Amino acid sequence: MLRFVVRRLLVMIALLIVISMFTFAMFVLLLPNGNPAALLAGRLATPAEIHLISVRYGFDKPIYIQYIDTMKNIFTGQAYSYQSSFNVLDEIRRGMPATLSLAIGAGIIWLLTSILFGTIAAVKAGKYADRVLTVLSMIGVSMPPFFFGAILIYFVAYKWNVIPIGGYVPLTQSPGGWLGHLVAPWVTLSILFIGFYSRVLRSSILDSINEDYVRTARAKGLSERQVLIRHSLRNSLIPIFSLWGLDFAQVIGGGAILTETVYNLHGVGELARDSIGRLDTITLMAIVILTGIAVVVIGAIVDVLVAYLDPRIRLA
Amino acid sequence: MSVISGPGSAAVEEVGGGFDAGFEGEGQLPPGIGPWKLAWRRLRRNRVAMFFGFVFLLVVVLCLLAPVYSQDIAHISPDYGNPTGTFTLNGKTQFVLNTVGVPIGPTWNVNHFFFGADDQGRDVAVRLLYGGRTSLMIGAVATLITMIIGTLLGIVAGFFRGWWDAILRSANDVVWTYPAVLLGITVGTVLNIHGIGPLHGTSALVPAVVIGFVYIPYVFRPVRGQVLTLRERDFIDAARQQGLSNWQIMISEILPNLSSTIVVFVPLIMANAILLEAGLTFLGAGVQPPNASWGTMISDGINNDIPTAFHNVLVPGIMLVIAVMSINIFGDGLRDALDPRSKVRVGR
Repeated sequence: MLRFVVRRLLVMIALLIVISMFTFAMFVLLLPNGNPAALLAGRLATPAEIHLISVRYGFDKPIYIQYIDTMKNIFTGQAYSYQSSFNVLDEIRRGMPATLSLAIGAGIIWLLTSILFGTIAAVKAGKYADRVLTVLSMIGVSMPPFFFGAILIYFVAYKWNVIPIGGYVPLTQSPGGWLGHLVAPWVTLSILFIGFYSRVLRSSILDSINEDYVRTARAKGLSERQVLIRHSLRNSLIPIFSLWGLDFAQVIGGGAILTETVYNLHGVGELARDSIGRLDTITLMAIVILTGIAVVVIGAIVDVLVAYLDPRIRLA
Repeated sequence: MSVISGPGSAAVEEVGGGFDAGFEGEGQLPPGIGPWKLAWRRLRRNRVAMFFGFVFLLVVVLCLLAPVYSQDIAHISPDYGNPTGTFTLNGKTQFVLNTVGVPIGPTWNVNHFFFGADDQGRDVAVRLLYGGRTSLMIGAVATLITMIIGTLLGIVAGFFRGWWDAILRSANDVVWTYPAVLLGITVGTVLNIHGIGPLHGTSALVPAVVIGFVYIPYVFRPVRGQVLTLRERDFIDAARQQGLSNWQIMISEILPNLSSTIVVFVPLIMANAILLEAGLTFLGAGVQPPNASWGTMISDGINNDIPTAFHNVLVPGIMLVIAVMSINIFGDGLRDALDPRSKVRVGR
């Protein structure tokens, strides 16, 4: 058990290092001469000025030394974005509350709703309710989140004035405002996942219905509902939890970039997009590493949970 | 070539058994029905999937006919912005954009601004069809890239194992862990600025290649997994004894057995590719102006027209949802037809 977890962690750390190198390399390609000195110097800079800036920021050192320095800075919290002169970790911390509120709220909503819909669709397989839910899932999976966000903004916020048009209000400032501003983003982000997860759960439950242990449970005299909840669901939920862990981690790391942008939530996702636009290597590297760490940690927790629930996995 | 795990192989075995029993001792067996034909029959019986398949075909045909619509019916090109102009509708002269700059909404008149105008005075309907060509082309090219490279790498990794497998799997995990949208934006921005060969600047090939690249892990993993099981089978040993080289085995023995997996992935990847193109364009890293695509139309609509001319968001958006949904539903039907017990699933 412990070896399983430790091995996974080591693999993921190696992965994170490679990812950060990859991001760094991408930006070395992106920037002229591989560093932002020309950008920082301004439009009318002379080569001498550019050279001065290079020396000052350490761009004339070999690439791998630059990379190591950047990584060191990021992890000690001393990384300063060249473009905006802000401390990168502070910037990320500023965007975190919005992203976390969005991620956690949406995560809970989509998990519970997909379990509900998936179970109903499986129980009523082939009947009217199932077909309706399947159609809804199909629409959910086929709709770009920012399009759905735009529709919500236009109708619910603009025309009917039920919710505000965007922006984020911290919880500490006004719980009502916080909730009001987050309802639409939660729904928008969840729609895509609900569509996908409910279908996965539905086929998972339907697969388990034919298994022997369900027959045994019925033979023992349990009611359909008991069979479903105490036996079928426990097995069918396992792939759902693994997927949920991965997706949730990605959303925390700024994977909900589209939703955040449409609703102006100023979260980590928007920060990521802005930093790419500004060619801000350091911020993007920090965000990508953050996502990676979130994926590792949450993924490990979820894997341990799943291994605990299903002993067969521990032996794999 | 022995197809063990082709489409509906379970059904083929049953049919074979039935025929054998009936014609025992009669000499020649009548030809059985191949697995692909059986699958096609199953698909045809699935009315919903066939309907949406036709819907998608209709969308494709409409978009391919964009020049016809543009030249012969609407008499306006997709890039022709006419912000200050007027046109006559039912005898009345209408402004393309009214006095405060709000573009006209859908006129439902096939000859003039059927879906209205966008904020630069261009005809939305014409742009929609031309944009559809771009979006569909990007989807198709991306899918092609993903399927070819993903399958090739999957086969190589699964068949040879050892070093190849380790390297390919690590590369795969790196791409897989990177959030898709961020990866798309980063690589897209790099290619937009620097470019490699024909891929640079505003070429619509850039988002196609980027999206194709992003989805490779989704194909690589299942293919590799299946190849791992396949290579243990006896018919691989038999082929080796016949003297086939590694590459010959991979192409003539393993590849055909992967066919149903591969076929099922194509609509899934294409649907996701079109969605990702819209997303990347919205974030500025996909199709660049003045090229039109459904993504650019939706983002322009969102950025400029939400309070006043919402049709600029609705029209391309609904078109995109219809197209993607048709592909998804048809893809589901395809999967059910090829193997009713299949557990193939792909992330979004």
